[in-house]
Amino acid sequence: MRAPRPGLVLRLFLQSSRVQRKRAVLTVAAIAWGSLSLLLLLSFGEGLRLSLYRASRGMGHNLAILWPGETGRPWQGLPAGRPVRLRIDDVDFLRKRVQGLAGVSGEIHNWRVTMSQGDTTVTGMVIGASPDYGRMRNQIARSGGRYLNALDQSRRRRMVFLGNTLAADLFGDRDPVGRTVQLDGVPYTVCGVMVPKIMMGNYGGLDENHAIIPISTYEAHFGRDTLSVLVVQPEAREHMPRVLNEVHEVLGAKYVFDPDDDRAFGIWDTVETSAVMDNMLLGIQLFLGIIGTLTLIVGGIGVANIMYAVVKERTREIGVQMALGARGSWVTSPIVLEGLVFTLLGGVVGLVMAFVVIGAIALIPTADNEALQMLGKPTLSIPIGVGTAVVLGTIGLLAGYFPARRAARVDPAETLRYE
Amino acid sequence: MSLLSKLYPAAAAPAPSVDGEVIRLQGISKVYDTGKVKVEALRGVDLEVERGDFVAITGPSGSGKSTLMNIIGCLDTPTSGRYILRGRAVDGLDRDALAEVRNRRIGFVFQNFNLLPQITAYENVEMPLLFGGVSRRERHDRVVGLLERVGLGDRMEHKPTELSGGQMQRVAVARALAMDPDIILADEPTGNLDSTSGGDIMELFRGLWRQGRTVLVITHDAALAVRASRVVVISDGRITSEGG
Repeated sequence: MRAPRPGLVLRLFLQSSRVQRKRAVLTVAAIAWGSLSLLLLLSFGEGLRLSLYRASRGMGHNLAILWPGETGRPWQGLPAGRPVRLRIDDVDFLRKRVQGLAGVSGEIHNWRVTMSQGDTTVTGMVIGASPDYGRMRNQIARSGGRYLNALDQSRRRRMVFLGNTLAADLFGDRDPVGRTVQLDGVPYTVCGVMVPKIMMGNYGGLDENHAIIPISTYEAHFGRDTLSVLVVQPEAREHMPRVLNEVHEVLGAKYVFDPDDDRAFGIWDTVETSAVMDNMLLGIQLFLGIIGTLTLIVGGIGVANIMYAVVKERTREIGVQMALGARGSWVTSPIVLEGLVFTLLGGVVGLVMAFVVIGAIALIPTADNEALQMLGKPTLSIPIGVGTAVVLGTIGLLAGYFPARRAARVDPAETLRYE
Repeated sequence: MSLLSKLYPAAAAPAPSVDGEVIRLQGISKVYDTGKVKVEALRGVDLEVERGDFVAITGPSGSGKSTLMNIIGCLDTPTSGRYILRGRAVDGLDRDALAEVRNRRIGFVFQNFNLLPQITAYENVEMPLLFGGVSRRERHDRVVGLLERVGLGDRMEHKPTELSGGQMQRVAVARALAMDPDIILADEPTGNLDSTSGGDIMELFRGLWRQGRTVLVITHDAALAVRASRVVVISDGRITSEGG
């Protein structure tokens, strides 16, 4: 057997593809359209994924929210059904006792606080929060202001951090920082306003509507020291189960309940739910990819069709080449190559078009439109490019392979007969 | 003689096969099985062609001429019988091996020329050399030499559509000679040509024959048949007469 002859195949390909420019253009256009569809669908999927990811981080990441409940089983001679009550100092207690915590925070909620400023009065939620709260919950102060700090906590200062919507409701266009707002008639100084953010999940409402005060101040003002919510954040997401176990053990020992009692706390483990969402997103992306691939396959069928026509037209030429001593693979390879070149050329055109379309979409302002914000910006990524190239290459090979197989079956004796 | 021997020194050397025999067909039969009916195109053909023969195979249409041509040209394989081409059995070879035999041992000339339309005369003549793996420099020398020999040295960059019928057939003859084959196999080479061009082509074949080439022409053209050194008449799948 002689070695394969890539040079010969290339030459035959160049010789045979000199004709039929219009048909080549139409074929390339079909593939370009398919590639554009695939790339855009995948890019929208990627954009959606990124904006959902951002939104899922809006509340903070790797958090577990614990609501104190009631004991579900008797323990050490004590009956079931006792309420579990956590106090403000349990936050520090947990910080000292549980290993691998990136943060722990307690919250006390008051849903019906009258907040007034000048002639404006709104009723809303005030949260007393531990110092870690802002960082854990991704609450960032707009420039000109600041978040509550440790000194506010230790001195029980009457400082309040406002959610951006609440700030706008109270102060309109004016900058609230340094101004006074009355919470149930007690004056507080606004230390900062939150930077707007998208939140996918929440408990107790959106942060943009909340007023946050130091938990120590809250205790002094409202006379309550039992936590509504405990929030823990492990250093790494895979430590979450261990951290939750330790929290149960430490608090179970202190408040005398079974560490395995799953009714002691209601728990929202965002690590678990974000894994569910990741899978959902993967599903959406797969779905979009399949639609795009199907579109591209339609284009590939177009290429195969053209190549079948080419083979039929060139039957005599293929027969002549065979009579002159061409092996089957030498006449089939240029056809496979032609299908591949059409497909890849279409892919490149589609890619350029996708860049243009995505660039144009990026120019549409989305600041005032939450739906558009959630839809996200379509994003081309390297995995999308690689995936598209693989799909294109496969389709191109198949689109050339089957017509080429027909060419290989050409019987030179049959085709050379004079008609 | 001079140019040909310059191009192909081997052509002047004695043939390596026994008694200068190029083709030996023994009991060749070919049956086309179309499913419903079996058509016996050849019914036991014996034929020997010596080196330097100029054989005309004639016969009425449907007699099996084309089938015989296809088998001799290794474009088709016999249903039974032996085919020995220059001392080597070629019946039962696979497709790739037959392609190589066609490339190296047989030069085809067809009634309808069968040049590739989108490439130039030069590239058409070069094609068998490409398949044969001949080096670029040698390809160039051979193609130019052959096209000059058939009188088309000034038409090398023309495409077939820019050539007359006679010129196209001369390109085809140059192409048939490119790999220096054992036999030139021509199927009705003058069938599509006017009498002048046809005469030119026949003279070309006679010239090749005089230079020692083995030429097989399939024709029903009596004028061409008389110029051959042997005439083989085939009818109903059998050779019915042979004469010089």
